[in-house]
Amino acid sequence: MIKSSPLPTGVTVPVRDEERKVSNGGVQEGLVSIGLNAWYGRLLAIRNINIHFEPKHVTAIIGPSGCGKSTLIRCFNRLHETVPGARVSGQVLLDGKDIYSPGTDPVQLRRRIGMVFQRPNPFPTMSIFDNVATGIKLNGGMKGSRLAEIVERSLRHAALWDEVKDKLRNTGTDLSGGQQQRLCIARALAVEPEVLLMDEPCSALDPIATMKIEDLIRSLRETYMIVIVTHNMQQAARVSDFTGFMLAAEDRAGELIEFGPTPQMFTNPKDKRTEDYITGRFG
Amino acid sequence: MRGDAVFPAVTFLAALAIIALMLLIVYQMTIVALPSLERFGAGFLTGTTWDAVTEEFGALPAIFGTIVTSLLALLIAVPLSIGAAIFLTELAPSPVGNVVSFLVELLAAIPSVVYGIWGLFVLVPLVRDPLQRVLGDYLGFLPLFQGPRFGVGVLSAGIILAIMILPLVTATTRDIIRMVPSTQKEAMLALGATKWETIWRAVLPYGRSGIVGAIILGLGRALGETMAVTMVIGNAFKISPSLFAPGQTMASQIASEFAEATSDLYISALIEIGLVLLGISLLVNIMARLLVWRATRGVGGRLKT
Repeated sequence: MIKSSPLPTGVTVPVRDEERKVSNGGVQEGLVSIGLNAWYGRLLAIRNINIHFEPKHVTAIIGPSGCGKSTLIRCFNRLHETVPGARVSGQVLLDGKDIYSPGTDPVQLRRRIGMVFQRPNPFPTMSIFDNVATGIKLNGGMKGSRLAEIVERSLRHAALWDEVKDKLRNTGTDLSGGQQQRLCIARALAVEPEVLLMDEPCSALDPIATMKIEDLIRSLRETYMIVIVTHNMQQAARVSDFTGFMLAAEDRAGELIEFGPTPQMFTNPKDKRTEDYITGRFG
Repeated sequence: MRGDAVFPAVTFLAALAIIALMLLIVYQMTIVALPSLERFGAGFLTGTTWDAVTEEFGALPAIFGTIVTSLLALLIAVPLSIGAAIFLTELAPSPVGNVVSFLVELLAAIPSVVYGIWGLFVLVPLVRDPLQRVLGDYLGFLPLFQGPRFGVGVLSAGIILAIMILPLVTATTRDIIRMVPSTQKEAMLALGATKWETIWRAVLPYGRSGIVGAIILGLGRALGETMAVTMVIGNAFKISPSLFAPGQTMASQIASEFAEATSDLYISALIEIGLVLLGISLLVNIMARLLVWRATRGVGGRLKT
């Protein structure tokens, strides 16, 4: 789906030093984007994004509304291109392989890269059990006790098991908003993805539900590579190891302004714009 | 200022007039149908004789014909309509979708009598041969496909009804599918579903009550459709297990016999058929409207956040 187009020039993007470091025979572990651009029709939504996410780390993408942070993570599971008129150029490497190469099947890719959305979106006609089991059934499926095992493990992983174990056959939409969001996380975890993309997962939740999701993110870090988009800077500071700050340029295209370890980003940002945003001077 | 006071009153009266008209129709029909209601009672619905000479009237064959032709129409039209609606909303590039959508809705604007004349001169010969020949030769062991192959009959009526309800069911289903939130589709896609799996497991289940409503709306239309059916059904008052046999629906019964109804009781019986049809249509349409209305309001989703 890559369409060649000249990369914009004259744009300098801060890049972490580690990003250039290449280990084990030239294969970079994790998720890397190189010169990534994304359009909606003629509108350039993000420009020349170079970023590197490491396994077993949480990376937060922060920035004001409309800076392209959601668009960015939707490029990583190739969901961006499902919007009519949307396209992408540049490279995204998952463990060294370009996910936009012609040989990559986006359907297979999305089984390796799970996603949690802004608003809880369980399937309303399915039971709690079936919501979690959906992804496994898509993968060719399994039945009976093995399936039940995976559903239970996923719900435990998502810290929801104790609350729903007695009503697995009830519909998922009867749960509270926070429980629904954890159900959606369990649903994403059930297919055992390598990466979990979270698009403002707490923006529709109250503070207590938010806290639970944040605890969950910290515990999931042991197993997964997590990329979380948030407009909440405190949340980024609480849950992430690395933080990227995005900002829309004058032509409304989002750019990655700065990227670094979270403590450094929040205490000693290198870029003036990052500092302005973090100290609440705008956004 | 005065205009603003008068205007609501006038429009309110107009709205009231429609309801009053409806009630008046039911009242008037009941009055005329009284002799038949008194004479035959509930037996009218189960009687199978329709004899103007002995003045013996029972509506069962017409009711049976109405149900069979309508169900046949649904059987043919529903898969086509849902398929077309999925194509229009989810698969077709938007210029193509818009043009096809427009053409589908144009089908609904064709007058019933035009469908009838087309049915009589184009469809019926095709039903006779090859359709009835093939069905009769290969599936003739089923009672459904036995008997003389006239062309005109229940099968032709069902097919023409299917064509006539196709635009309504397609357009309504299309609107229902458009109401399915993109977050539902994206949730399924993000789990690694193909486009087909996304439609089958996320889009259609989410819209199912609305789609059922669309189907019932089509049923309501098929039940009352008169002109085209009268022209191709063969107008024979009997209950036959074969789809090849000529038959009668409630609507075609009234249309084909009203001009020759001479006695008061004959007219009364026809009007009573009309009352039965009105009642069934009302019920079916109310049910369908409720389902579609609920679905397009988003109640089908029932999402709490």
